[in-house]
Amino acid sequence: MTDKIKKATRHTNQNEGLIFEKSSPGKRAFELPPLDVPAADPAKALGASYRQKGVEGFPEVSEIEVIRHFTRLSTWNYAIDLGMYPLGSCTMKYNPRVNEFVARLDGLATEHPYQSQELSQGCLKILQLLEKCLLEITGMDAVTLQPAAGAQGELTGLLLIRAYHERNGNPRKKVVIPDSAHGTNPATAVIAGYEVENIKSESHGQIDVDKLRDLVTPDVAALMITNPSTLGIFEERIPEIAEILHAQGALLYMDGANMNALTGITRPGDLGVDVMHLNLHKTFSTPHGGGGPGAGPVAMKKILEPFRPVPILVEKEAGRLALEQIRPHSIGRVKAFSGNFGVLVRALAYILAYGPGVRQATEDAVLNANYIRKHLEGIFDLPYSLPSMHEVVFSDALQKKNGVNTMDIAKRLIDYGFHPYTTAFPLIVPGALMIEPTESESREECDLFIDAMRSIAEEAATNPELVRTAPHTTRVRRLDEVGAARKPILRWKPQASRTEAAD
Amino acid sequence: MRYLPKSPAERQDMLAAIGAKSIDDLFSSIPERYRLQEALKLPGPLSETEVIDFFKARAAENSGGYTSFLGAGVYHHLRSVVTDAIIQRGEFLTSYTPYQAEITQGTLQAIFEFQTLMCQLTGQEVANASMYDGSTATTEAVLMAERLTGRTRILVARSLHPEYRDVLKTYAKNSGLHVEEIAYSANGTLDQKAFESALKDDVAAVVVQSPNFFGVIESLAPLRDAAHSSGALLVTAITEGVSLGLLTPPAEADIVAMEAQSFGLAPSYGGPFAGVIASRDKFVRQMPGRLAGQTTDSEGRRGFVLTLATREQHIRREKATSNICTNQALCALAATVHLTLLGKEGLGEVARQNLSKAKFALAELENIPGVRRAFDAPFFNEFTVELPRSVKIVNAYLQREKIIGPFVLGTAYPELTKHALVCVTETTPRAEIERFAAAVRRALEQPV
Amino acid sequence: MAYPANYRYTKEHEWVDLKGDLAAIGITDYAQHELGDVVFVELPKVGSKIEAGKTFGTVESVKAVSDIYAPASGEVVEANEVLHNTPEKINTDPHGAGWLIKVRLANPSEVSGLMDTAAYEAYIASQSKEASA
Repeated sequence: MTDKIKKATRHTNQNEGLIFEKSSPGKRAFELPPLDVPAADPAKALGASYRQKGVEGFPEVSEIEVIRHFTRLSTWNYAIDLGMYPLGSCTMKYNPRVNEFVARLDGLATEHPYQSQELSQGCLKILQLLEKCLLEITGMDAVTLQPAAGAQGELTGLLLIRAYHERNGNPRKKVVIPDSAHGTNPATAVIAGYEVENIKSESHGQIDVDKLRDLVTPDVAALMITNPSTLGIFEERIPEIAEILHAQGALLYMDGANMNALTGITRPGDLGVDVMHLNLHKTFSTPHGGGGPGAGPVAMKKILEPFRPVPILVEKEAGRLALEQIRPHSIGRVKAFSGNFGVLVRALAYILAYGPGVRQATEDAVLNANYIRKHLEGIFDLPYSLPSMHEVVFSDALQKKNGVNTMDIAKRLIDYGFHPYTTAFPLIVPGALMIEPTESESREECDLFIDAMRSIAEEAATNPELVRTAPHTTRVRRLDEVGAARKPILRWKPQASRTEAAD
Repeated sequence: MRYLPKSPAERQDMLAAIGAKSIDDLFSSIPERYRLQEALKLPGPLSETEVIDFFKARAAENSGGYTSFLGAGVYHHLRSVVTDAIIQRGEFLTSYTPYQAEITQGTLQAIFEFQTLMCQLTGQEVANASMYDGSTATTEAVLMAERLTGRTRILVARSLHPEYRDVLKTYAKNSGLHVEEIAYSANGTLDQKAFESALKDDVAAVVVQSPNFFGVIESLAPLRDAAHSSGALLVTAITEGVSLGLLTPPAEADIVAMEAQSFGLAPSYGGPFAGVIASRDKFVRQMPGRLAGQTTDSEGRRGFVLTLATREQHIRREKATSNICTNQALCALAATVHLTLLGKEGLGEVARQNLSKAKFALAELENIPGVRRAFDAPFFNEFTVELPRSVKIVNAYLQREKIIGPFVLGTAYPELTKHALVCVTETTPRAEIERFAAAVRRALEQPV
Repeated sequence: MAYPANYRYTKEHEWVDLKGDLAAIGITDYAQHELGDVVFVELPKVGSKIEAGKTFGTVESVKAVSDIYAPASGEVVEANEVLHNTPEKINTDPHGAGWLIKVRLANPSEVSGLMDTAAYEAYIASQSKEASA
C-alpha cells in the first residue's frame, strides 16, 4: 500500500466519501412513471410557499453510486451476522431472516392504521396473538404493545403506576432505583414526575433489603428493579422485596432487559412483579439495525389494566377484533397509532418458531455465560461471586496494575475479530467488563472469545502498550471524541468537502 | 432448533467443563417454587415455511387489492427496491448502536448524512439521528422549548394531528406543562387573532403543523414574529415530509419535529417510522436524541462518532434531556437511502406529481353535485371536502368497491360532521382517481 | 501541579481566591484530572446570585458531567467567557486562566472556614488512597 493507491487500503475494504461529495447536477437514481394527469402549476397553487429551486445541496447521484456508496459503508460495520457481540444486557442474538420476510409481505407492510377495522383483521390477529404469548411468558394479566422501545416502555409503566396511585388519592413522590440500574431508569422516573431515591446495592451487588425496608415509606410510588440484576445475578429475595413494597401500597416495576435469563424458566408475574417492560429487540430477536427500531411492550397485573394506553384491542362477537379508543381511566397515548407494528410482527415470528421450546434458548444463553465465566475466572477479577445467569461481570482490577483498563481491553478485542463487551457499566463496578454471549453463540465462537480474552490478559501483562493503543487493524484508529464534543460538526456543508477524505 | 448452534454432545461437554451436573444446576439461584415445571403454553414450534404461511394467511385478511385515499399522518409513496437491498444487508440490519466507532463507521457516516439531509430539507442548522416517530418528536420538541425558555405554557394548534396532541397531553400531564389549543380559522389556517390574544410572556412554545391535519399550508412568518415578540419559540411539526420537495422549508421555526415515514418507509400498520428534531446550532445542547459528529482519528483520517453524549440518559441519568436510548436507526437509514435515490430532481418530481394528482382529484370531486371544498387555502397532497351526507356511509359504499375512502374528520373534530380528508399521492393512477370520484358520486346518489 | 498557598479549597474540589470581597472561583487540578479533557462549561449569567453549597454550573468531559458547588454565597460579577471557545484551559491552567466566575461575596468570612492548601493536599491524598484500596 503506497500513497499512489487511493482506492482502497485493503482489498475488501473500499474507501468512500460522503454522498454529497459524489453529487453532480443532473444525475438521478430514481425515475417515476410519467404523470398521467394535467401538471399543476406549483407557483400558482402554492404562491409564496413554493420552493422554486428545490432542496439546496441535496445529492444528485446515479443508482449504481447509491448501491456502491451504502454497500461500501456497510462493509465498515461489525454485525451479528459476522460474529459474536458479548455486550452485557443487550442480548445480541441472531436476527432470523424469516422475520424480515414476513414483515415485508404485501398485506402487512402495506396496511394503513386508519383503514377500517374490517379490512385489518389480519393485523389485529397478529397483535392479539402476540399479546397472548407475552402474557404467557411474563405471567401477567394485561399488556400494551404501544411503546416504541424499552425506555418508552419504562415511561409507560411509571405512568401506569402514577395513574393507579392517583386513583387511590395520592400519586406519591418518589421512585426507588438501585445504583446498578440502567441510565434510562432514573431519566424516565424524572419525566414521569417522580423524584429519584437511589439505593446502594449491598456487598453481593443485590438489592439491600434491609435498607429498602427503611426507604419504602408511603411517599414511595415504586421500586424499579432489573432481574437478573445488571450484574447478571438473580435477585433471590424478589418475592420479599415485592411484599415490602406492597405492604406500603407501593408497586414493583421490573426492567425486563434481562428476560433472556428467565423466559420459560420462571415468570416475573409469579415473583410479585406488578408491571414490567420487555425489549423485543433484545430477548425477542428483532434486529438492532444500528440503533433501532425496537419495541417496549408493557405487561401488567390486573390492578393496572384500567390505565392502559388507548387504543385497546378487544374481541367482539364471532371472533371479530376491534381497537377501542375510549377508556375513561387510560393514561392516554404514548405514541401515535398502535406501536411499531413491523417490529411486533418479527417478535411474533420468533416466538412461533420456538413455541413451547423457547426454554431451550434461555438454557443455552445461561450455559454460554457460565462457560465463559468458568474459563476467565482468575484471569480477570470477579467482583461479585454469586452465580451468574445469562451474563457475567468482571472488572479490570488485575490489568489496571499495568495501566491497562477495560476500555483498552475492549479495543484490543476488536483486533481479534469481536465486538467489545459492555465497558464501564454497571456503575457499581469500576472498570467493568460486562459479558453476555446469548444462546446464538456456538461452542466454537465461545472458545474463540475465551482464547482472545486470555491472550489479551497476557498482552496486558507483557506488552501493555499494544493493548493501550488498540485497535490496530480497523479502518480508523481511536477517534478524537474530545475534539468532536468541543467543536461539534454535525452536518456536511459545501465548503467542508475540501477536508481530508478517509484514506 | 435451527437458531441454536449446539449439539446435545456439546451441551454435555460444556456442562462438564463448568462442573455442573445438569442445566438445572445453573438455575439454582431461582427459588424452587418459582421455577416452571411445565413448558409455556405457546403456539408452535413452526418451521420456516409454516411461519411464512401463518403470516401470509394474516396478510390475506387485510386490505389487499384496495386503492387507498388515506393520508392523515401516514402516506403511501413509491419505494425503490434498492432501499431494502441496502437495509437488509446484515452489516446494517444486525449491527449494534455505534458506541464503538472504529467498527461502526458505516452506521455513523450514514447517520451524519441523514442529519445533513434533514437540515437541507427543513432549512435548519442541526438535526438529530432520529426519535421514535413524529408524535414523540413533537412532544420532545415541546419539552426542549420548555428547557430553553424555562416556561411551562404551551399553545398548540387544534389543526395539529389529533394523535400528536394526545401524545403531547400524556407527557405534559407529568411535566407540569399547561397545554392550550388554538382554534383554526375559516380557511383552515391557525387563527392568528386567537393565537395572539392567548400569547403572554409565560408561553414556552407555539406548535403548528404545516401542511396541517386538514392539508392546509400555514404561513409561518407571522406566527414566528408574534411568538418571538413574547419570548416564545415556534415549533413546527411536519407529517408529510415529501411536501418539502415543493414547499419552502420551515426555516422560520425554532424547532422542527418531522415524521420521516414518507421517505421510503412502508405504512406497516403504523410503525416503525422515524421522527426527527431539527433546530438551531445554539440550541443543540438541549436537543434530545443521538448525534453523529465528524472528527479525526489519531492518524488524521476523517471519521465519525456519537457526540455530545452528556445530554443523554446513559451519562446524565436523571438530568438527561430525554430518556431515549434505542431510537429508529434502521428507519433513518432507509430514509437516507430513499432520499439519496430520489435526489434533488426526484424529490421535486415526486412532490409535483403529488400536487398535480391531488388537484386533479379535487377537480373531479368538485364536479359532483353537493360536494364542496372546505378551507380555501393552498394545499399539497391532502385537502378537505364537505359532502352532503355522512362520510362514514360514503366510505362503507366505497369499501364495497374496493376503495379505502378518505379520513373521516368528524371522528377527531366533532364540528366537521360531513368533512373528509382526501389524500392523493404519486402512487394513485389517474384511472383510480376517476373511479374513486365516480364511486363517490354513486354513493351520494344512493337512497338515504 | 502546585496548589496556590493563598487559595482556599472545598471538599468538592473548587478553589477560591479572595481579594477583599471579590472571589475568583474555579476547579482544582485534582478535579480536572479526574474529569479528563473538558469539552464544555455551563456558567451562570452575570448578575445572578449563587448560594453556598448549591450548584451554580457544570463542567463536562466527553463521558461525564460535574456539578460545580458554590463555596460561598454572592452575586456573579464576571464569567470566564473565554472558556466557551477554549474549555481546555481548565485542564492546562485550572488555577489560573481556567477560572470560572468572579463573585462579590455576601459574607467573605464564609471562605475562612474552607480548607487551606495543606489541608486540601492531605484531603486529596486520602481520596487517592481510598480509590486504589
